[in-house]
Amino acid sequence: MSAVLEIEGLRKTYKSRRRGVRHALDGFDMRVEQGQVHGFLGPNGSGKTTTLRTLLGLIRPDGGRMAILGQEVPAALPEVVGRVGAIVESPQFFPHFTARDTLSLLAGAGEVPQSRVDEVLELVGLRDRAGERVKTYSLGMKQRLAVASALLKDPKLLILDEPANGLDPGGIREMRTLTRDLANSGMTVLLSSHILGEIQLICDSVTIISLGRRVAYGPVDQVLAEHAGSEVRVRLEAVADLQRAADLLSRAGATVTVRPDHLMLAGVEKTATVSRVLAEHNLYVSELTPVTVDLESVFLELTATAPVPGQHRQVDQSTKVGGAGQPDAAAGGWGA
Amino acid sequence: MSLYRTELRRLGKRRLTRWMTLLGVLVIGAVIVGTFFTNQKIGPEQRAAAVAEAEQQYQEQVTQAEQERAACVQAKASGQETPEGRYPEDCAAIEAPPRGSIQPEWFLPSTFDFRKGFEETIVTFTAIVALLGFLVGGSFVGAEWSSGGMMNLLLWRPRRLTVLLTKLGALLTGTVAVTVAAATVWTAGYWLVGTLRGSTATMTSGAWQSFALTGLRGLVLIVVAVTLGFALASLGRHTAMALGAAIGVAVVGQFGLGIVMAMAGVRFLEAWLLPTYALAWMQKKVTLEDWQSCNVTYYGECKPDTLDVTWGQSSILFAAALVVVLGAALVAMRRRDVA
Ligand SMILES: Nc1ncnc2c1ncn2[C@@H]1O[C@H](COP(=O)(O)OP(=O)(O)O)[C@@H](O)[C@H]1O
Ligand SMILES: [Mg+2]
Repeated sequence: MSAVLEIEGLRKTYKSRRRGVRHALDGFDMRVEQGQVHGFLGPNGSGKTTTLRTLLGLIRPDGGRMAILGQEVPAALPEVVGRVGAIVESPQFFPHFTARDTLSLLAGAGEVPQSRVDEVLELVGLRDRAGERVKTYSLGMKQRLAVASALLKDPKLLILDEPANGLDPGGIREMRTLTRDLANSGMTVLLSSHILGEIQLICDSVTIISLGRRVAYGPVDQVLAEHAGSEVRVRLEAVADLQRAADLLSRAGATVTVRPDHLMLAGVEKTATVSRVLAEHNLYVSELTPVTVDLESVFLELTATAPVPGQHRQVDQSTKVGGAGQPDAAAGGWGA
Repeated sequence: MSLYRTELRRLGKRRLTRWMTLLGVLVIGAVIVGTFFTNQKIGPEQRAAAVAEAEQQYQEQVTQAEQERAACVQAKASGQETPEGRYPEDCAAIEAPPRGSIQPEWFLPSTFDFRKGFEETIVTFTAIVALLGFLVGGSFVGAEWSSGGMMNLLLWRPRRLTVLLTKLGALLTGTVAVTVAAATVWTAGYWLVGTLRGSTATMTSGAWQSFALTGLRGLVLIVVAVTLGFALASLGRHTAMALGAAIGVAVVGQFGLGIVMAMAGVRFLEAWLLPTYALAWMQKKVTLEDWQSCNVTYYGECKPDTLDVTWGQSSILFAAALVVVLGAALVAMRRRDVA
């Protein structure tokens, strides 16, 4: 598989005379393979939008290299931009034009046939409202219009920054179906979001960013597996045997936690070992389940943004890789 | 090319463009209609009326003089105390002014002589169109920046200077087209006023040529105004930036400066005011006079010191302003982070 998008060591620093320097991107890496739906996850302010803006030439990076469809950007941006459809952050349009005019002007500027305008309006469900001024649209409708504008070019790479923003549940589901369909038709989709259920449902692979650095990446299953902690829950037919089973399994090399009615094992390579060891001593297993993790818990763990009772987490409190692995607010905040 | 055509379309679709064009048409119409109703054709009838009115004025003066002399004689005869200088020593000195001192031409109604009067109206026309054009130019790119439309466009056309300059090109094309159309209407309107309420006689091809040159200078001034509005709004990423700059220059740089310099008694203070340069550009030369330094001539007249502001100086000033502001807008466009 070839990479549609490569980012290496991307850095972007915002300087403010009063508050010093902020490293919005601090050596960020990303790789998106062709034909994938790639999830781009990160807490608020972690640098997702900054990454996409830099990639699309809207802001200039302070370091690192980027390539889209095998061509170095921003140098080759004029050549590749025709094959990249994008929405960045909340969609904004000139409020006094209708949706159709807005798209028609973009199509004109980008040398896309005008017939494509009605096609994409149909695709995002705005056909019947296309003659109304954008000013009168709801947030969700503007979001749909933004997606329509990104699809106008029939791109090879589609970049959507928080496309579910402002959509109703039906809209979110339609967006999901649309994304899948597009991917099936060969389009590569990069989807930034903080709605994890969404990403888990439709993405093949993910990149997780925290404070401007990548903290995890790879196929969704793999990321989940790596961070599942390989915990296994074991129940026995007789609760009285739990302590004996715990001793046996400890001796077999597992880390065991005894709970009132079950055992939690960690560090178990193969679950089959567990039943074999116990069966050898005539202990019979009634339940043996690897504890499943979801993307949300992995995300919260990796970025260290899980809520702590009695504390109000601030936006820049999340994991900084390369540091102590602990929440480190000062490092990514407005430092000196 | 596609971008250029698209930008022309965008310009035409903008409501502000349409409103300002409408407003321009209305103002132009109002000015022409106003001139129409304040002028009259002069024929034998009007001339006779003017002669009659001059005669009547003269008769009034004669009557007044007679009454005054009678009062003088009476006062002298009664030996009454009169204020010093109330009457001359010799009452016969009180006389009506000579007949020729009241000219019938003074009583002619105002009339529009196309050849003499049209050139001046081109200045008015330029001022109207330049003002509206400044607004349209500022808003065309300003609204684009502040609404996020510019960012969207850059996702399609990442060559930023091309985008900005193409927009400017489309804007100026529109400006020139509308200006030429409006100028045709203006000329036709005044020709009609001349025909119906004055005279269009004595027009020569040389006179037309001179009008055309003035008109061309007006067009250049309009293009400069539109470009300045565009560049300022792009620099500030908001229409309000262009308006703010214009108002700032007008209030602080012109009004305030004018008052301060007037108090300080600066000579030729109009030389510091922009309208002087615009006028000098249009009329080739504006002569400023300093009445405080009165050079008495041999004949006892007062000749003020003068200072000429020429269209050459104006062109340097406007070119410099254009280079600085447009240059800054282009540099900012190249460099800035679009967020
Ligand atoms: N124009 C800017 N000036 C200063 N700081 C900025 C600017 N844009 C973004 N940032 C900062 O960069 C960080 C990353 O922002 P962003 O990429 O928008 O986050 P998100 O992942 O939520 O999209 C944030 O801390 C934000 O405050
Ligand atoms: Mg964002």
